[in-house]
Formats: sequence, C-alpha cells, structure tokens
Amino acid sequence: MTAFTPLASFVGGTMIGLAAVLLMAFHGRIAGMTGIITGLLPPVSADWGWRAAFLAGAVAAPLAVTLLTGTPIGFESPVPTPWLIVGGLIVGVGVYFGSGCTSGHGVCGIARLSPRSIAATLTFMATAIATVFVIRHVLGGF
Amino acid sequence: MRRILMAGLIGLVFGTGIAVSGMANPAKVLNFFDLFGTWDPSLAFVMGGALLVTAIGYRFVLKRPAPMFEARFHLPGSRRIDMPLIGGSAVFGIGWGIAGFCPGGAIPALGLGEASAFIFVGAMMAGIFAARALRTAMAARPQNA
Repeated sequence: MTAFTPLASFVGGTMIGLAAVLLMAFHGRIAGMTGIITGLLPPVSADWGWRAAFLAGAVAAPLAVTLLTGTPIGFESPVPTPWLIVGGLIVGVGVYFGSGCTSGHGVCGIARLSPRSIAATLTFMATAIATVFVIRHVLGGF
Repeated sequence: MRRILMAGLIGLVFGTGIAVSGMANPAKVLNFFDLFGTWDPSLAFVMGGALLVTAIGYRFVLKRPAPMFEARFHLPGSRRIDMPLIGGSAVFGIGWGIAGFCPGGAIPALGLGEASAFIFVGAMMAGIFAARALRTAMAARPQNA
C-alpha cells in the first residue's frame, strides 16, 4: 500500500507543468525526458549544454527538497534487480521508437492536443495497467 | 550562459515536481496501475495538475513569435499516428509496468541515491542507444535488398 496523496501530487504536477511552460517560453523546447536524454547519447547533439543542465537540475531537485523541507522524499522499489534491468531496456527501446514518454507525450503533447501524443499516452497507460495486472494478479509477482 | 543556467533552474523545478508528486517512487507508480489491487489514484492528480498548467501556459507562450533564447519554437511536425509510435508506446508501457519508472521519474530519482534508480537508468540509456543504432542501421540498408 502507498498513501493517497492528492494534494502533494497535484502541487507536484503543477510544478512539472510550470517547468514545461518555462522550457517552451525560454528554449522553445518540449520538456520531454526522452528527447532531452537522447540528445546526450553519442553521437551527442550540438546543443548538449541546456540538456545536461536540465538533467543536472532534475537530479539535484530531490536533494534540494529534502534539505529545504527536512522531510525525506518517499521512495520504495519492490522490483527485483533483474527485472529493473529488463524494464529499463524495454523502456529505452519503447520511448525511442515511440518518440516520447510520460513528460513529452503525456504532458506537453496532450497540452497541445496532439493526436499522436493522445494516442501514445492511451497506449502506454493501457499496456502498463495490463502488465501490472499480469505480474501481480496472474503470476503473483511483485 | 543564461541558456544553460535557465535550463538548470527549469530542470530543478521539474525534478522538484516529480519528487513532490510521487512520480519518482516506483511503489506509488505501480500501485497507480494496479486498478484491481492496491490502487493508489494519486498520479491522476499529477497528470491533472501538470496538464492544467501546461495547457494554459502553452496558449500564451506559443502566441509569441519566438522563445526568449531561440529563433523559433521546436515543435514536433509529424501528425501521423503510425506503427513506430503505437508499437514503441506499447513497449514503453510494458517496461513502465515492470519497473515502475518512466524516464521523467527515474532521472530525479537518481538524486535520491537509490541503487535501483541507477540500475534502471543505465539499462534505459542502453535501450535508447541500441534502438537508435538499430534505426540507423535499418535506414542505411538499401531498400531493394
């Protein structure tokens, strides 16, 4: 069980949205983690500077929150290591061919009412729900 | 320089939103998908908050002739719903359901110093790299072969 946190989740969501709006206003870019990461893998894209800075800020954030508020960020991973590796590889291949993930399609794309992003988001939400159903209720796993 | 600094600041806002919302917590993400078990609907509120702000903010921003630091907005041009989009997204969802991490959740989770985040991100980077190499190889092959 994890606690239902509608307020914290909503507030966090508005900050994700704020970041998406600011990145478009200043850099003219979609705040999609897939696109930002892909440009940093070799062959590295010429505009790697802002990408690396965005990632550095994102990685520093949980530490900053913990230092400022004094409360640790909730974290729990029930997933065994071999499955983390399998899941990571699958996610990497999927987001590359699908041209985006939750941030790029699910937030930025849907906010622009892009038909591609709406289709992508419905698809990955559906397969994620189906996968968790199979792992937990068919196979009895994590 | 201001481009870099601002991007770092925006990344900080993004990562704070991810951390506060629970998106960096795989247990919470997996429970969101577990409709028929220990369902935790919190992440619907993340999506709601993010979409509300982005949809309204984009309306104002995209009315401007150009972004502050660039000559033009870099918006995806394709409108086609094709096989790579749907197939890739279906595959991504399977991986998300296995690991409980999506790319935007996993990167800020690195800052928590959790080993599982590092293992996942390493594998994800390898997956993106392999997929790009595969696509490049496929594109280089003669079409009539």
